[in-house]
Amino acid sequence: MTNQLKQTYYFVLLACVFALGVYLQGAGTIDDFLYYQEDIVYLTVQHIELVLLSGGLAILIAIPVGVLLSRPRFQKVAESAMQVLNVGTTIPTLAILALAMSFLGIGTVPAVFGLTIASLLPIVRNTYIGLKEVPAHLKEAASGIGMTELQMLFQVEIPNALFVIFAGIRTALAVNVGTVPLAFLIGGGGLGELIFTGIDLDEPIMMLAGAIPTAMLAIAIDSVVGAVSYVTVPKGCNPIRARQ
Amino acid sequence: MIKIDKLTKIFETPNGPVTAADHIEMEVPSGEICVLLGPSGCGKTTTLKMVNRIIPATSGKIYLGGEDTSGMDTVTLRRNIGYVIQQIGLFPNMTISENIAVVPKLLGWDKARYMTRAKELLEMVALDPSIFLNRYPNELSGGQQQRIGVARALAADPPVMLMDEPFGAIDPINREVIQDEFLKMQQELNKTIMFVSHDIDEAVKMADRIAIFRDGHLVQYDTPDDLLAHPKDDFVKNFVGDDRALKRLRLVTAESVMQTTFAYVKPNDTLAEALTKIDAYGYRDAVILVNDLHQPIGYVPKATAINMKGYCGEHYVGLKTIARTTDDLRKVASKMFTHDIVWMPCVDENGRLVGEVTQRGITHYLGATYQRDTSPSQPQPLHQAKEAS
Repeated sequence: MTNQLKQTYYFVLLACVFALGVYLQGAGTIDDFLYYQEDIVYLTVQHIELVLLSGGLAILIAIPVGVLLSRPRFQKVAESAMQVLNVGTTIPTLAILALAMSFLGIGTVPAVFGLTIASLLPIVRNTYIGLKEVPAHLKEAASGIGMTELQMLFQVEIPNALFVIFAGIRTALAVNVGTVPLAFLIGGGGLGELIFTGIDLDEPIMMLAGAIPTAMLAIAIDSVVGAVSYVTVPKGCNPIRARQ
Repeated sequence: MIKIDKLTKIFETPNGPVTAADHIEMEVPSGEICVLLGPSGCGKTTTLKMVNRIIPATSGKIYLGGEDTSGMDTVTLRRNIGYVIQQIGLFPNMTISENIAVVPKLLGWDKARYMTRAKELLEMVALDPSIFLNRYPNELSGGQQQRIGVARALAADPPVMLMDEPFGAIDPINREVIQDEFLKMQQELNKTIMFVSHDIDEAVKMADRIAIFRDGHLVQYDTPDDLLAHPKDDFVKNFVGDDRALKRLRLVTAESVMQTTFAYVKPNDTLAEALTKIDAYGYRDAVILVNDLHQPIGYVPKATAINMKGYCGEHYVGLKTIARTTDDLRKVASKMFTHDIVWMPCVDENGRLVGEVTQRGITHYLGATYQRDTSPSQPQPLHQAKEAS
């Protein structure tokens, strides 16, 4: 996404929010909405906790796995491992959560477990591909001047793959934020509580009180990861900064 | 010094074993550039890369400075060898100074020392440190990047350098410039260099010795002049080209073929004196005229000296061109062809006349080495017939 597109995207979003606000104020629904304020704050914090916990775990597990799979000695198993992970993502997240519940019970633990599993693949895949696509001549130069394997990994391979790895993290977290509401179904809490209860009670305002913060959270987290990636990826191999 | 002893590489491929290098034996004396030359797949790159174990050797030994490298661990070995590759391989995530300082950092130098070294090397490769130190590789042109590539290889001052077609990806004009700069640097640095190329002209220009490879075998290992003058077989002959005698022009400077006993006249000499000198030295055409600073400014043609009276300063013809002692013969010959002349005066760096280069002198010098081919046992006419066909 170019920066211009992104700006337009944010602008349209803001305009929509504004129009919605005007409409809702007119209909008196803002007051109804504010009725849930306390719930929103509490559940949003819970929602963020779930995202950070499961997302963080996913990053901590997925990056080393991706790194390992990209090493020459795992070359033979790497492709089949990626296939297994691919199959893993075709399982609906709801099913994963249900499975997690069936052997971990209800509550935060199975929710975090399920969400972590669901977020693994994009990060593993991007780490693996990012590292694999570091040009062979860079690796030859690195080993030719006497870098050890670890030095090469940290000084050459990871910095050059970082942009792609961050893209994976971004995708994973975006999916994660959107999936957390399902965690409510297995007692994990989060903004899903307002959404699903709102649906069940046929209370659209209550449902929106969960849905709108979820959407905003998704955007906020995406921007944060984007900003972190902008700063962290070295200038010389950062396509966004190179374009400027 | 690099010594290679019975170095062999056999690749196991699905179609059976392929011998990429077969018992290669060669020695590169200290401070010399050895160019490994040959068509693709001849084993030259494999041989080079076995020296720093990018490709592990199947058998055979490599000695650096007399020491057997098979006992050294790979990382130490490589940190003592400068390595330059065709794709340059600068790390895009690092600035230029970081790229140059990679090896010094690995060796544990302190920051002040490797930053000073980076600046020093940038100056050595003719790039302004204040501009380039903090740039990233993708902000540089190909030629600039390869200069940095060479600087990086030189950073820790390794005695030996391996260069795998280092200038192959650079446009011809910049390539000449970089080659010249590199040769100038090498004069001071005196590294022992192995250099892979597939370009005979580059090899002739850069090399102290050339090794010609074919199908994993070292066919001929000689100085450029011997290689061009005495190619060992038809393969080498074809590889160095039909114009191999012309290529030798590049290897010889005007100084080595110029005649240092020659006659000249001054502006105040009379034409009669000029004629005496022309006859005394047996010149057919003319005699050189020099000014008070001993710089050649023209010549007095024989016809003028015979038919006219007066002083040389009044009846000379201006010079079309002159040669410098440091010019190679290719440049001299080119000047001769341009101006349709068969001789020209040769001057030192101050422009003072030190000799004269003649077409005969050049052909005589180049031809001398062929005399050794002409032994009575060789039926000369047959040889010529073969050449002609």
